[in-house]
Amino acid sequence: MSALLPPSQRNWFKQPIDKMEWLWIGLAFVWGMILFFMMIYWHINGKQNLSNETYKSTREMYSAKAEKWVAENTVRKETEREIPVVKAKPGEDVYLIARLWEWWPIVEMEKGQTYRVHLYSMDYNHGFSLQPTNINIQVVPGYEHVVKMTPNQAGTFAIVCNEFCGIGHHSMLGRIYVK
Amino acid sequence: MSETTYRICPRSGMQFDTKAEKLMRWNAVAGVLALLVGGIMALGVILTRWPSVKLLDAETFYLVLTAHGVDMLLVWIIFFEMAVLYFTSSTLLRCRLATPGWAWVQFWLMAIGAVIGNVAILSGNSSVMFTSYAPMQASHWFYLGIILFAVGALIGCFVFMGTLVVAQRDKTYEGSIPLVTFGALTACIIAIFTLLQGAAILVPTWLWSLGVVKEIDALAYRMMWWGLGHSSQQINVAAHVAVWYLIAGVVLGAKPLSEKVSRMAYFMYILFLQLASAHHLLSDPGMSSEWKVLNTSYFMYFAVMASMIHGFTVPGAIEAAQRKKGFTNGMFEWLRKAPWGNPVFSGMFISLVSFGFIGGITGVVLGTEQLNMLMHNTFYVPGHFHATVVSGTTLAFMSLTYLLIPILFKREIAFPKMAQAQPFVFGGSMAVLTVVMMGAGTLGVSRRHWDMAFSGAPFQYEWPGAAYLMMGMTGFFGVLACIGGAMFLIVTVGSLLIGKKLDDGQISATCTPHPKGSVSDRATAHGDAEHVAVPGTVALAMLLLATFVLYYFVNWKYLSEVWGLS
Repeated sequence: MSALLPPSQRNWFKQPIDKMEWLWIGLAFVWGMILFFMMIYWHINGKQNLSNETYKSTREMYSAKAEKWVAENTVRKETEREIPVVKAKPGEDVYLIARLWEWWPIVEMEKGQTYRVHLYSMDYNHGFSLQPTNINIQVVPGYEHVVKMTPNQAGTFAIVCNEFCGIGHHSMLGRIYVK
Repeated sequence: MSETTYRICPRSGMQFDTKAEKLMRWNAVAGVLALLVGGIMALGVILTRWPSVKLLDAETFYLVLTAHGVDMLLVWIIFFEMAVLYFTSSTLLRCRLATPGWAWVQFWLMAIGAVIGNVAILSGNSSVMFTSYAPMQASHWFYLGIILFAVGALIGCFVFMGTLVVAQRDKTYEGSIPLVTFGALTACIIAIFTLLQGAAILVPTWLWSLGVVKEIDALAYRMMWWGLGHSSQQINVAAHVAVWYLIAGVVLGAKPLSEKVSRMAYFMYILFLQLASAHHLLSDPGMSSEWKVLNTSYFMYFAVMASMIHGFTVPGAIEAAQRKKGFTNGMFEWLRKAPWGNPVFSGMFISLVSFGFIGGITGVVLGTEQLNMLMHNTFYVPGHFHATVVSGTTLAFMSLTYLLIPILFKREIAFPKMAQAQPFVFGGSMAVLTVVMMGAGTLGVSRRHWDMAFSGAPFQYEWPGAAYLMMGMTGFFGVLACIGGAMFLIVTVGSLLIGKKLDDGQISATCTPHPKGSVSDRATAHGDAEHVAVPGTVALAMLLLATFVLYYFVNWKYLSEVWGLS
């Protein structure tokens, strides 16, 4: 079976590369480096970087902290469900609970101030999708994620859950007021 | 030593091991069957997300969405890839298929797995989406189905490898394996990594659903699962790029600008594509930024560079071949006078352009660590991956099917006019669909979400009017894409059932060489295209790069305007 048709140009490895192709390879390489270093540049000079501050936590530990904070800082209640509206203190911690199917509680912040927002899920994966500013963060059960947030505009913001979490997923909506 | 016979297709000169041929047909047909089921599910998904139609209730919607994901991303594509693996090994290398018995084990394991998985989903207790993030739990049958399917696919990979060994031992080819087979080998190597990683997470998850394992860490699940979920899309990339080279070679006699460069680009896929599971964890807690940056960039964007190389060399090869035929006027005569009436070519070219311009660029933007926060889990994500997996892979596989109907299935294409129109209807509507889906995602609309009006929520959020417009267009072009998909099914199934039967060709007891100048010869030729300047391709490539740069930095501008995060 040996003498099958010999391929036309067997020594493809020795054939020279055309200069236009070299140029394109060069451009692709340079662009790749720009893509890579842009992420690092933004860590140094950008104002929107996702925090790495994460703790392993449990439902009991987290809800104790969050409920204490809510009890101490609630200013009023809203909606038929009597959801507490909690006034956050600039520079301090905010505790948000994601659970089937609500983002709890409602938080009041001030524009231009920075808050340490804790995100934690009590059951499944959930999504923290802040609208209309459009920031999207994954919330994974068992992991308490602390993200420093600085609102740059006033208004009423919605937290949409954008990770599928069961039949009531579409009704899982939270709220943040920024004054 | 071979107990099989070989059929020489009179139309293409291709040689089919009679046993392998049957396997290719069964795998391809199983894939197309999954495409039918997945396509019906697609219609359910799209008609529900179309805000003014909203066909299904929430429970059915999530069920249908789960089935759509599993049947399309796994069952259709991987069954078809098994046919591609057997074709690129035994047919292109003109040898017998190694261990056809094991190949049937592959087929039946995958078939049984697919049926079990589908029954679990349709029975309603496994609406956990394709990703099935623990701790959300599906029926244990769901995991078992996917595990059986994956084990089957793994066996198929080893049959492919074994066939390469057979061909080498029997000296049925000289020099290196052809570029197309090399591409399939790349896909196969990535598949082995991927399926093993899938087993490493799905087996414990299955045991957890049976109550044997107590707990699955939610974050570890996400990391391991995406080693299966994303990397399996990299199998598709390697496979459909191989199909592009195959079709360019077969239809136009095109050879790569430089075979060395094309092979190196494939090799870079093997080295770097596997890091991509990070793309799904960029907005997760728990991983450091250093880890995210390094992994999401495939170690400094070397896999992106590889794709950009293929994206240059495939149209370049076509242009060089066309110019040699005399289409040398201006920059684009080669493209205007390309065989657009041949669905094998038109589908392949639309696949190439959509994958590069839409899927590729948006994939890099989506996979940039900080930019990901603008799009994570929004409708942008399915918009992006429909541009890669549907416009890219599925359309390339459809084109290959048109090529294989006369060669492998020995039938004339029924409804040739419909076949001619199909790549334009499907590819065109899919291109618009993916763009409007990403438009909606940019405005924040969530993926996997039943109700933009949030019925039952304690308060309201009103999406911008433009978001509703984009979702309405998603509905319209989604239905059009479903029609394009149905046209493919009608042509394919019609050809198999009522297409005119074609001559079988000679049967030989031994392997035979490639007839000179035949389709088979063109599909496996080595060496570069003779040096011809390719100004049209250079212009297209520069347009791609300019679009890429512009779109990339527009997104940074957009990011700089949102709340401060640190």
